[in-house]
Amino acid sequence: MTALAWLIPCALALGAVGLVAFIWALNSGQFQDLEGSGWRAISDDEDDKPQP
Amino acid sequence: MDRALKLGVADGVAFDADSPRLEERAETLSLVIENMHCGACMTSIERCLKAIPGVSEARVNLSARRASVTFDPARVEVQSLIDALGRAGFRAAEAVEASGDQDVARADDLLRRLGVAGFAAANVMLLSVSVWAGQASDMDKAAATLFHWLSALIAMPAIAYSAQPFFRSALEALKGRRLNMDVPISLGISLATVMSLYQTMRGTSHVYFDAAIMLTFFLLIGRYLDQRVRVRARGAAENLLGLKALGALVLDEDGTARRVSARALQPGMKVQVAAGERIPVDGRIVDGVTDVDASLITGETLPQAVASGGTVHAGTVNLTRPVVVEATATDDSTLLAEIARLMQAAEQGRGQYVRLADRAARQYAPAVHVLGAATFIGWMIAGAGWELSLTHAIAVLIITCPCALALAVPAVQVTATSRLFGKGVVLKAADGLERLAEVDTVVFDKTGTLTRGAPVLSNARDIDDTTLAEAASLAISSRHPYSRAVLMAAEARGLDVRPAEGVIEVPGSGLSAASASGERRLGSASWVEGVAGLHSGTGSLWYGVAGQAPVAFHFDDAVRSDAADVVANLLRAGYGVYLVSGDREETVRRVAHEAGIETWQAAVRPDGKIAVLDALKSSGRKVLMVGDGLNDAPALAAAHASLSPSSAADISQTAADAVFQGDELGPVLESLRVARASQGMAIENFAIALAYNAVSVPMAMAGHVTPLIAALAMSLSSIAVTLNALRLKTARLRLSSVRGRR
Repeated sequence: MTALAWLIPCALALGAVGLVAFIWALNSGQFQDLEGSGWRAISDDEDDKPQP
Repeated sequence: MDRALKLGVADGVAFDADSPRLEERAETLSLVIENMHCGACMTSIERCLKAIPGVSEARVNLSARRASVTFDPARVEVQSLIDALGRAGFRAAEAVEASGDQDVARADDLLRRLGVAGFAAANVMLLSVSVWAGQASDMDKAAATLFHWLSALIAMPAIAYSAQPFFRSALEALKGRRLNMDVPISLGISLATVMSLYQTMRGTSHVYFDAAIMLTFFLLIGRYLDQRVRVRARGAAENLLGLKALGALVLDEDGTARRVSARALQPGMKVQVAAGERIPVDGRIVDGVTDVDASLITGETLPQAVASGGTVHAGTVNLTRPVVVEATATDDSTLLAEIARLMQAAEQGRGQYVRLADRAARQYAPAVHVLGAATFIGWMIAGAGWELSLTHAIAVLIITCPCALALAVPAVQVTATSRLFGKGVVLKAADGLERLAEVDTVVFDKTGTLTRGAPVLSNARDIDDTTLAEAASLAISSRHPYSRAVLMAAEARGLDVRPAEGVIEVPGSGLSAASASGERRLGSASWVEGVAGLHSGTGSLWYGVAGQAPVAFHFDDAVRSDAADVVANLLRAGYGVYLVSGDREETVRRVAHEAGIETWQAAVRPDGKIAVLDALKSSGRKVLMVGDGLNDAPALAAAHASLSPSSAADISQTAADAVFQGDELGPVLESLRVARASQGMAIENFAIALAYNAVSVPMAMAGHVTPLIAALAMSLSSIAVTLNALRLKTARLRLSSVRGRR
C-alpha cells in the first residue's frame, strides 16, 4: 500500500506533463497545418533561425 | 477583411510614407493560393513573397491553401503580391475573411477539452481497472474507497470543463422548448457524476466516474470531427470566393493605368482587358473589337464577336484583342444580379434540411427519458426505495447515452470526406454528403459538364499534313477555341508547327498572313472567300490560300471520355438521368445521344432550369444537379444536391455542394457511391448501437448493471462504431440500386 502513495502521484504527474505539452502545442498553433509541417521538416532551405 | 495593423511608430515621430527606411508599419494579410500542392510549392511561394522588397514575413499553410504575408503597406500593394505569385505560376487572391476564424477557434477549443478529457479518462480508467481487479482478489474496502475518491478528484473537474459544450447546447435546446441529442447526454453525464459522488461518500461500489468521463471523451471526439468537417468545408467555400475576385487594370481620366482588385471596381470605371483575360465586370465596350467566349454564361461554346458599344458580362473571356470596358451600374437588371436573386430564392428552400443525426435524436431522446423514468417508477412501485430506484434509473441513462449517434456519424463523415478528397472531390457543405445520398435523379448540364467545353477538330482525317501544318502556323498566334483545336490536332499528329510571320487577327472573322504564294487566311467562310473563293459544302472554319480551293474544318465539343460509361452506370443503378442545356437543339440532341441520355431539353434559360427541377421535385424526386455555367448557378442552389467541375464559373462553384477536378466525369459516380455508402454505414452504426442497447438496457432496468459492465459496454460500442466507419476509407464500393426507393 505504501508504494501507492508515490506511484499514483507519479502517474498523475506524468499524465499532467503530457497534457500540458499538448495544450502548449495547441496554443502555439502546431496543429494548424499538419500537411505543411511534414514538408517543412524535409525541406533543405528552410530557415529555422530566429528572425533578427 | 481582417487586417491586423501593428503601428509601431515611435512617439513624436511623424510617419513618412515616402521614406523607405521607416519600416515600423506592418500589415498582415491572408492570400488564397489555388494551385499549391506540395512542399516544393510551399517553399517557392514563401521565397517568392519574401523576395519582394517591403515584405517582412511570409508563411504558407499548406492544409488551408493559404499564405499569411506581413508587409509594409507604404511600399507594397496587395495586387503586386498577387502579380508576383502569378509570375511564379501560382493563382492567388486576397482571402475573404468571414466567420471562418470563429470556426477554427471552436475546433481548437474542442480539441483542448478533448485533451483534458483524454487525460482524465486514462487516469480514471487506470484506477477503475485496479478496483475491478481488486474485487476478484484481496483489495480491502478502504483502498477501493481511496481509489474512488481519487477518481472523483480527477473526473469531476475534468467533466465540469470538458462537457461544457454539451451542457450549453442542452440548456439552449431546453430554453427553446425542444429536445436535442445533448439533453440525454448532459443528463446522463451529470446524473452519473452526482450519484457517483454520493455513493463514494457512502462507500458503496456503485461508482460510475469512469463511465461518465469515457462518455465525455468519446462524445467530444465526435463533436470535434464534426467541427473539422465544417471548418474544411467553410475553408473550401471561402477559398473559392476569394479566387473569384481577380485583379483589374483600371484606366484613370488622365490615361494612367493602375491595378485594383475586382471588388474595388465602381460603375463608370474604365477597365483595360488584355486578350486572354477574364472580363471582371458587367459593362460596355468603349474601345476595341474582340471575340468573347461566353460559354460559362450561356452554355454556348462558340465565341461571339463584340464591337464597340456591345455589352459584355463578368466571367466571360476576352479572346482576340485588348479592349477597354466601361463598368455599368450594378443595378438589378444586370445578369449577375438576376442570377444572384434566383440563387437566393433557391437556397431558402434548401435551408430546411434536417440532418440524419438530428432526425434520429428527435425520436431517440424522448425514448431514453421514458425508459429512465419507467425504471425509476417501476422500482419505486416494487418498493425498492428512492435511492436504489434512482441508481437503476441513472444506470439506464448512462447505458443509453447516444454515443453511436454523436460519434459514429461524424466519424463516417470524416472518412467519407477524406476519401472523396483523395479522388479530387472537395466537399463544401457539411451536410452535402447526406443530401447526395438521398438523390435518385441526376440532371446534367451540357457544355463543360458532359462535354469538355472546348471544341475538338472532328474531320482531321480529311485534312492532309501540309494543310494542317500551314493552318496551325496561323492558329498558333490566336486564343480562339477553334485555333487551339487546330493546333492541338497538328501537335497530336506530330507536325512541326512554326508560327507564321506577320499574322493579323480580325475579331469575328479570322486570321491572315502574307506569304510567298500569296495571302493565307484561316477563319469564317466569308473571310476566306475574300482570297480563295468559296467552295461548296459547309464548315465551321475554312483555310484558304490565294488561288486554291479552301479546306473546311469541322469541330465538335467532345463529350468527356467516360460520360457514356457514367450515364450507363447511373441508369443501371436506377437513377433518372436528364440533360438540360441552354444550347441549340441539334447540338444537345447529338450530345444526349452520345452520352446515352434519353430525356433531354434544349434552349432552356436559367429560370427554365429551375422550373425543370421544380417539376421533378413535385413528382417526388430528389435531384442532383451537375453543372458548371453561370446559367446553372441558380439550378445548383435549387437542387437537392449539386456538383460542379473545377473549371466552372466561380459563382457556380460557390453554389455547389462539392467541386470535382479532372477531365473525367467519374468523380460524380464516386461521390454518389461514397455518399450512399456513408449513409448506409451511419445506419449500420445505429444498428450496432441499438443491438448493444437491446442487451444492456433490460439488464440496466433490472438493476444488474455494474460500473464494470457500464464502462465496458460504453467503450466497446464506441470503438465498434468507429472501426466500422473507418472501413469506408478502403472499401470497394458499388453503386447500389435506387429502385424501390421511389
